[in-house]
Amino acid sequence: MTTTSVDHPAMPLPAGTKAPDFELPSRPDRTVSLAEFRGQPVILAFYPEDWSPVCSDQMALYQEVLPEFQKFNAELLGISVDGVWSHLAFAKDRNLHFPLLADFEPKGKVARAYHVYRAKDGTSERALYVIDADGIVRWSYVSPVGVNPGADGILRALENLGKQRAS
Amino acid sequence: MSTTRWKAVLTMPVNQDRDHIQGPADAAATLVEYGDYECPYCGAAYPIIKEVQARMGRRLRFVFRNFPITTSHPHAGQAAEAAEAAASQGKFWQMHDLLYENQRRLRDQDLRAYAEKLRLDVEVFDRELAEHVYAERIHDDFLSGVRSGVNGTPTFYINGARHDGSYELEPLLRALERAAASERGS
Repeated sequence: MTTTSVDHPAMPLPAGTKAPDFELPSRPDRTVSLAEFRGQPVILAFYPEDWSPVCSDQMALYQEVLPEFQKFNAELLGISVDGVWSHLAFAKDRNLHFPLLADFEPKGKVARAYHVYRAKDGTSERALYVIDADGIVRWSYVSPVGVNPGADGILRALENLGKQRAS
Repeated sequence: MSTTRWKAVLTMPVNQDRDHIQGPADAAATLVEYGDYECPYCGAAYPIIKEVQARMGRRLRFVFRNFPITTSHPHAGQAAEAAEAAASQGKFWQMHDLLYENQRRLRDQDLRAYAEKLRLDVEVFDRELAEHVYAERIHDDFLSGVRSGVNGTPTFYINGARHDGSYELEPLLRALERAAASERGS
């Protein structure tokens, strides 16, 4: 797919980088930190905003593919700059059963740490990270904002984690 | 390697024994759709595919695979099972068409009415749906789509490569004709 946008695509943190730790609210009464998943792979799915049509398809697809991610013992975390109440309503409306993290205050702090903040729009890129059990980035990808990146890249990265361990 | 793009291609080749196929095996162009019976975009594509088939005739082979996104479409899984149950009685395409022509009526009693309309053995049909006999096959379709880069429905592949362009009639026809021409040249 070609993109005619004049934006320079963001360069996400490359494989081999230590994934920046974070702690973000997933619900009004709960926060989630990256460190709590040490020992298992983590998929970070940054997306621009709740409710926009492409995001919704992407998150619905990931909900549908979740059992496949779980075969790798991987934890899926969605992240956007929306607040927790928006996330709650969005998850309920779309039937999403994985945590959506609110990168809301200070706004976009985690997206910035992962080099996927779009200052012009005040949202994050549509970006994917696969982080291994030791907290190291193993795969990262930034999709054009309007394009749902699908799930095949994530599954391939999770498979490669297994191969790296076996070798 | 971390930020490379990849070309989305069909990872599960078209299989005469397994797939639902219209058109000859040696057609110059093969169009594969991953679709969801409750998805309105698939519903909009349905008459376009019919028109493309009418215009290209025997030069086109069309393949339909299931990609129900039940998170968004609560009836899509059962509808896909209904089409597969009809397939086991030799009427896949008749059911496929009925489902797309009645996308807003996909409750269990609606599916049963379509089975009756197609004069299926309704007892067998009911039992196969109740036992989810075809759930695994549908899931295999779904996974093959995920691995091929399906990122929403409908997603199309033309001669094995994902078609990222528009699926309005004219652009889709052009893409298929281009693929058919390069097939002849190879």
